[in-house]
Amino acid sequence: MPAFGLDIGIVSAAYIAAAVLFILSLGGLSNQESAKRAVWYGIAGMALAVGATVFGPGMGNLPLVAGMFAVAAVIGWVVATRVQMTEMPQLVAALHSFVGLAAVFIGFNAHFELEAVKALDPAARETLTGFAGVLAHKSEVEIAILKVEEFLGIFIGAVTFTGSVVAYGKLAGWIDGKARQLPGGHLLNAVAALTSAVLMVMFVAEVGVEGRELMAMAVMTGCALFIGYHLVMGIGGADMPVVVSMLNSYSGWAAAAIGFTLGNDLLIVTGALVGSSGAILSYIMCKAMNRSFVSVILGGFGNVTGPAAEIEGEQIAIDADGVAAALNEADSVIIVPGYGMAVAQAQQSVSELTRKLRAAGKQMRFAIHPVAGRLPGHMNVLLAEAKVPYDIVLEMDEINEDFPETDVVIVIGANDIVNPAAQEDPNSPIAGMPVLEVWKAKQVFVSKRGQGTGYSGIENPLFFKDNTRMFYGDAKVAVDSLLPKID
Amino acid sequence: MKVGAPKEIIGGEARVALTPDSAVQLQKLGHSCLIETGAGLAAGFSDQAYRDAGVEVVKDAKALWAGADVIAKVRPPEASETALLGPGKTLISFFYPAQRGAELEAARATGANVIAMDMVPRISRAQKMDALSSMANIAGYRAVIEAGANFGRFFTGQVTAAGKVPPARVLVIGAGVAGLAAIGAATSLGAVTLAFDVRPEVAEQINSMGAEFVFLDFEEQQQDGAATGGYAAPSSPEFREAQLKKFRELAPGIDIVIATALIPGRDAPVLWTRDMVEAMKPGSVIVDLAAERGGNCELTKADKKIVTRNGVTIIGYTDFPSLMAAQSSALYSTNVRHMLADLTPAKDGVLVHNMEDDVIRGATVAFAGEITFPPPPPKIQAIAAQKPKEKPKELTLEERRAAEVAAFRAQTRSQVTLLALGTALLLLVGAVAPASFMAHFIVFALACFVGFQVIWNVSHALHTPLMAVTNAISGIVVLGALLQIGSDNSLVTILAALSVLIASINIVGGFMVTRRMLAMFQRS
Repeated sequence: MPAFGLDIGIVSAAYIAAAVLFILSLGGLSNQESAKRAVWYGIAGMALAVGATVFGPGMGNLPLVAGMFAVAAVIGWVVATRVQMTEMPQLVAALHSFVGLAAVFIGFNAHFELEAVKALDPAARETLTGFAGVLAHKSEVEIAILKVEEFLGIFIGAVTFTGSVVAYGKLAGWIDGKARQLPGGHLLNAVAALTSAVLMVMFVAEVGVEGRELMAMAVMTGCALFIGYHLVMGIGGADMPVVVSMLNSYSGWAAAAIGFTLGNDLLIVTGALVGSSGAILSYIMCKAMNRSFVSVILGGFGNVTGPAAEIEGEQIAIDADGVAAALNEADSVIIVPGYGMAVAQAQQSVSELTRKLRAAGKQMRFAIHPVAGRLPGHMNVLLAEAKVPYDIVLEMDEINEDFPETDVVIVIGANDIVNPAAQEDPNSPIAGMPVLEVWKAKQVFVSKRGQGTGYSGIENPLFFKDNTRMFYGDAKVAVDSLLPKID
Repeated sequence: MKVGAPKEIIGGEARVALTPDSAVQLQKLGHSCLIETGAGLAAGFSDQAYRDAGVEVVKDAKALWAGADVIAKVRPPEASETALLGPGKTLISFFYPAQRGAELEAARATGANVIAMDMVPRISRAQKMDALSSMANIAGYRAVIEAGANFGRFFTGQVTAAGKVPPARVLVIGAGVAGLAAIGAATSLGAVTLAFDVRPEVAEQINSMGAEFVFLDFEEQQQDGAATGGYAAPSSPEFREAQLKKFRELAPGIDIVIATALIPGRDAPVLWTRDMVEAMKPGSVIVDLAAERGGNCELTKADKKIVTRNGVTIIGYTDFPSLMAAQSSALYSTNVRHMLADLTPAKDGVLVHNMEDDVIRGATVAFAGEITFPPPPPKIQAIAAQKPKEKPKELTLEERRAAEVAAFRAQTRSQVTLLALGTALLLLVGAVAPASFMAHFIVFALACFVGFQVIWNVSHALHTPLMAVTNAISGIVVLGALLQIGSDNSLVTILAALSVLIASINIVGGFMVTRRMLAMFQRS
């Protein structure tokens, strides 16, 4: 195989630089301005890493590589420029599935290479270069560890792949968003995981699988694919922020496992960075729902300990004139957006409303709950796209204390994240979940499609409060109807 | 059903229980409406306005009482009116059954159903028919207007070319609906408003209306309004003394007193005594909304305006809502209309007198020849019971320091435990695994550590770009595929090529979409 100009020392140096650049790229996301620079660090790091690998030792088939790069660049460019910001959750899920699938392929390849190397006689092994050469020099223990790494890489990759495909389907609306499981539920997952574990032991110890190693790996891959599919099918729509960040984490761990298999430190570092990033995001999302990670993954809401408190009162509707009059009189307004705003594509109208009210000298702010939407930070991106300045878009902890001094709160397409039952009713399924305390404002308007309950099926006492008025209808139509009435 | 409103027969009563607006709404419920000719005139509604709203105008009271199935009126029925009732008819009006036992008995004897608007329970569902509140609101507002008309100065402080004018100082006693309305009116006219109530939980409402709550320095457990359906209850003699002492202190500096203190079913407590009136400046005004029940001020004369020897005007009118008949008729008729809406659940003009319903049961004082007063206690409490407020315990300096030290120790302990566990785990792995693996494993552990440190600092608002950028950099698996693509095994080459393709899509797509998103975040 032809080796190119760069020697292994230079490649290693490039890898170190790339790892540092990736860390800087993630660290730069601590605020909006430095983030714009940080993304270039990431791009530079990636260019260095790929460049050094392509022109480093052990490379072949360059025309094929160039072709694949060209096709991928076109596809990536088209996808990235065409995607709607409301579709970001789907895009992220799709990209996760790619990493998962690539990890599966690479894991299998490593296995084929290993088999090929094993078949050679010692003299021939000495002549091998590149990855095969690395394999050839491994000891027995190292080979065993390599097999574990391969197995893990493929397993995590396969779970990530089907999990992300199902998540994509749910987010895009191709699959019903409700939690659905095959009869047997999580027992099936447990059986599949156990089978994989047994297969791994047999595979590594080379007991009972002689000559059928490939078969063992294929069965394990099947099990992993099933787990990914079944696990995510069993999780409902509003838990998607956790699922997507979990898959984000898995895709990182898959990359790290592949890095171990190939003995590539840059892969390990990057995989670990991505893996811990996803893990932290999942943790933040779970905390924002006051649920444990396990209970989210096992699907459904926690056990209800008693009857939910009865709600007294009625939902009182209001029309656009009433809302507009209240807005015209108000001095301070907070808008609480939720997934409903994304579904109705109302962000442009909301932005226009914000612009008008700000022009009228009113204090306008947005309150974002960590799990609003279907992706961590989803609402921020939608509002940014609609040109809402980011310094009036605040997090829950920053704004929760300001509600009592606020004249008008408009809740657009959000439900559970503004449910007072989380604080008031210890029997509520969402008891203890941190929520935006909108009911403390002087007046609350809730823009909502109809009278139904939200995703979680929990009645929302907010809608029955004396200072709450329901503004029924499609969010975009509703907000648009307000615009001409604001002076 | 036919809903009819007669002309009020008590002299000076200008209100009417049916307005053209409410008639239109009632017709939507399937009812037809009648009105006695001239009934709305004093409130500003002509017969023609009623006819335009589809209401049948009848020539006299007799024809109305005979023709209507439901009679809606404002004042409690006089004996001559009660005589016109009969089985199958429903009367909706103020009734005050607790004070008017004989009249209630007379009404029962006719076999008619009587709904007393003053008995509507104070629960949130029934607020829309709470006529006492809507009338009290008007009375509170009007009391301030009345005081202003009799007060020789501005409410608001002004600095004019002709000199400086101090703002009027208004004291509102009793912060019920009327009191709060008075506070609102007085503050919006620019007066400096003080307010007092025996229920400390209303302090917040008082402050929210822009008035200052007058605090009593009194140890006794103060009242919890929740136990009495949100109304005040009598207070202990000691409390009363403390209260009067405070008022005596305030009296010389107060220009206007609006007294609204009432306790359900009792005479009004005397809170503004003769000596307080005498201590006030000439030209001061007292408006006593409790005049009908004896008055909060010792000198109040019901239905009269008097001026004391030291020039203090005391207004004891009892018909404030009637003085604003157009407004009060509009609100009262809406309360009645909501009551009828609850009585007509199917909106088909058929009355369903559901005695299982808390609101209807509570307001009904006579039903099918039986007296149904007093009602059983409602199933739902009017106001959530006050939770005893736990005061956060003030920690002394030593305690706080001790707590800090303890927290620091606990943190140290958990960190050391974690580190020890991690080290043990590493050592364990190191004992088994070969050196080549350990080198990679250490890199992995360090990278996880760095990752955790870095990601915690990422702004919540940028979590979506974070996911997109991690998507892009997890495309780094392309390196693995690149190293395999040169293989002699064609299957390996194909799989590697596919991996290169999809991983590169990740890289390009991820970075580009991140850049696109980040460019959108603009500061204002």
